[in-house]
Amino acid sequence: MAAHHHHHNPALLHHFATEQQQRDSASFGMWIFLATEVMFFGGLFCAYLIYRHWYFGDFAAASTSINAKLGGANTAVLICSSLTVVLAIWAAQTLRRSLMLLMLVLTMLFGAAFLGIKGIEYADKFHEHHVPGASFNFDHEEIPNHPGQYAEPRHAEIFFALYFIMTGLHALHMIIGLGIFSWLFWAAWKGRFTPEYHTPLEIGGLYWHFVDIVWIYLFPLLYLIDRHK
Amino acid sequence: MSGHSTAGHSSPLKKYFAVWIALLLGTWLTYQASLLDLGRYNAAVALIIATTKALLVTLFFMHLKGASEKLLKLVVASTIFFLILLLALSMFDYGTRSFS
Amino acid sequence: MATPISPNVERENYLNKHYGVGSWLLTTDHKRIALLYLLSITFFFFIGGFFALLIRLELLTPASDLVQADTYNKLFTQHGQVMVFFFLIPSIPAVLGNFLIPLMVGAKDLAFPKINLLSWYLYIIGGVMMIHCMLTGGVDSGWTFYVPLSTSFLNTKVVEAGLAIFVTGFSSILTGLNFIVTIHRMRAPGMTWMRLPLFVWAHYATSIIQILGTPVIAITLVLVVAERSLHLGIFDPKLGGDPLLFQHLFWFYSHPAVYIMILPSMGVVTEIIACFSRKRIFGYSFVAMSSIAIAVFGFLVWAHHMFVAGISVYAALIFSLLSYAVAVPSAVKVFNWTATLYKGSIHYDAPMLYAFGFLGLFTIGGLTGLFLSALGVDMHVHDTYFVIAHFHYIMVGGALMGYLGGMHFWWPKISGKLYPEGWARLAALIVFIGFNLTFFPQFILGYLGMPRRYPDYSHMPEFQILNVFSTAGATVLGVGYLLPMIYFLWSMRYGSPAPDNPWNAAGLEWQTQSPPTTFNFDEEPVVTWEAYNYDEIDKGQKEVPQVVG
Repeated sequence: MAAHHHHHNPALLHHFATEQQQRDSASFGMWIFLATEVMFFGGLFCAYLIYRHWYFGDFAAASTSINAKLGGANTAVLICSSLTVVLAIWAAQTLRRSLMLLMLVLTMLFGAAFLGIKGIEYADKFHEHHVPGASFNFDHEEIPNHPGQYAEPRHAEIFFALYFIMTGLHALHMIIGLGIFSWLFWAAWKGRFTPEYHTPLEIGGLYWHFVDIVWIYLFPLLYLIDRHK
Repeated sequence: MSGHSTAGHSSPLKKYFAVWIALLLGTWLTYQASLLDLGRYNAAVALIIATTKALLVTLFFMHLKGASEKLLKLVVASTIFFLILLLALSMFDYGTRSFS
Repeated sequence: MATPISPNVERENYLNKHYGVGSWLLTTDHKRIALLYLLSITFFFFIGGFFALLIRLELLTPASDLVQADTYNKLFTQHGQVMVFFFLIPSIPAVLGNFLIPLMVGAKDLAFPKINLLSWYLYIIGGVMMIHCMLTGGVDSGWTFYVPLSTSFLNTKVVEAGLAIFVTGFSSILTGLNFIVTIHRMRAPGMTWMRLPLFVWAHYATSIIQILGTPVIAITLVLVVAERSLHLGIFDPKLGGDPLLFQHLFWFYSHPAVYIMILPSMGVVTEIIACFSRKRIFGYSFVAMSSIAIAVFGFLVWAHHMFVAGISVYAALIFSLLSYAVAVPSAVKVFNWTATLYKGSIHYDAPMLYAFGFLGLFTIGGLTGLFLSALGVDMHVHDTYFVIAHFHYIMVGGALMGYLGGMHFWWPKISGKLYPEGWARLAALIVFIGFNLTFFPQFILGYLGMPRRYPDYSHMPEFQILNVFSTAGATVLGVGYLLPMIYFLWSMRYGSPAPDNPWNAAGLEWQTQSPPTTFNFDEEPVVTWEAYNYDEIDKGQKEVPQVVG
């Protein structure tokens, strides 16, 4: 890329010397932010790990009661949405405007589908009285593969507390992601992205992939604790 | 990720679709494996598959593999290191308590 | 020692370029944001200091006669929270770091100026929440929020305090993020890693801790708020929860947090010692690597706060061993500073007095940390005034002295004015004397068994004399802190204009005018010299590389 003397890409901010520096900084900044997010969720995984170690049977019983098929479907939905994100960026790099816009819309649709499925799951839990609080009830639930042994409801309540906090925090990040991608769609519509400059798409994509990765871990840890017959 | 032009690059599309298939396959595999009785290895298998999927997303979708500098890989590795530290050292306490 | 005074013409600089409240509240200039932080943290320092004053007044007599016990709990809780989260953690990074890092690396600003401003607003929002919390009932859980007291038993504003700290934590995270990207990406040509001022290395290490540690306390506070609001049972033993889980998560951040508080101060001290010994820092690479080592090792020791809480004895052994290890890089620094002083041309300006104070007091504080790392000793002195003396030696004798030294060292650059040197040396002396009078007796009190967080020690009235010394010292210390505030303000109006480089110091920040222009450098500097090239500087002024700007 030839250096321009006093003609800057309008997207170049004044405190950066070159567009390369700006792009590298933005990308690096997002990776560092994702590092903080890993530690943020990490605390919850730590709590989960300890209580799963202490109350494995009770956790297994609670885990069996959430819908693994819906959880699996949601995993597939997010995986597809990660694909549409990389395709959107590829489209921006190869001047395929319509494809880029389509992929951004699909990403958001997948995200919305994820939230919809999550809503169904939450509603199920509400109706089964598995939401921690005054109306929580987990009496007489057998521990999987231990016939005659019943889960301690208070320990199961801890599972559900962690379930709702972890998936809830994840869903919140999903909602923020939808907001980010709405803005990205609007900016793409306005023609802001070119093969030379599509940094917001890249860093928005990094964020979205991170949210996908968190779910990749949440799915087996929450839904599949002890499902074998 | 930063700065490479697409001219002269072989199309990354094949890679993206291959990763996508691998991720879906991994999900199906995770579910199937959970239905088998592997004793205490159920958790290990689930985590290994999950980590493989996470690595695929990180390396190929997030373009960590093609990153020009080692810096980003260092950031990812360090973060994972500190997360493992939190989990491992805490579990060391819980795992070695002699009272129930 | 001083370079020729610049002509008495008010040049355009970052302070006079724009006027009006809007130009300050919407600024993206890192130097103005640094001043916004300076005002805010000074405000909170007064609040935290006010609580300290009340604590010390209460402890003048053995009986709990000044305030009720519940009130006393609020005093020490809020003193701790305000001083840790709203003063010490931001202090040097948000004020001196923000101001100096772009200048020191040769950049026009930080990597993300708007995020910098956002970090200040998040700090303010958290601060307002904290003040509201204190005014509407306060919190009395101890700054450590231990469960299940904070989640199941207290009737005070735990949730609001927790949320305030949660918000302010993001200010810290964003500052760290900004610094890391800036230091990696925005260094001027020729400014290699090993030519960076060690102040920058110290902040780089600090930022790593801010990035990795703060999110953990953030999620911990979320869990506390959730537990308290929804009675979930995560931390409640009656419902199967483990109170120690909270402590593990809390201290995973809060131990590294103390390194957030001390590392920047070490960076300041390094700059001051080099300048006022007129020598290169002995063992530059060791000092740089020791900062990184402190950041990494700092994450390995957290459960030494939990030796008597119920962790397994094997875990206690490991954490005790690791706590000894973490002292090594700090000791490396002390040795390197001492070696720098050796055969240096020592000048006793005020910044150097603070640096000397730091050296002695940080060493004492650090060594007493080793006492506490020994399991047997800790059994006896945990939760006594020994611990309080230990961490105040480091936080106040160390971090705060470093902050004051740095404020004096860079004041001419920040304000364009010179502070009155005579008063500054006097203040430094008063601070040193007041500090030792306040906190040394507390080592003895703790060793003799006086518990912390008790307003009433009438079961051991013989503690009173030491407590009286401590309170007297606190009064002297307070005077010592007020003096700089007064003469710094005075100097803004009546101080002599500062030359661009009053100390003839090394570093790119001294190559700009005092105060700098908004964009720091007219032309991007190109660095061809090593850090701390005092031998070159002192041989002949002509060799000092000049950068226009």
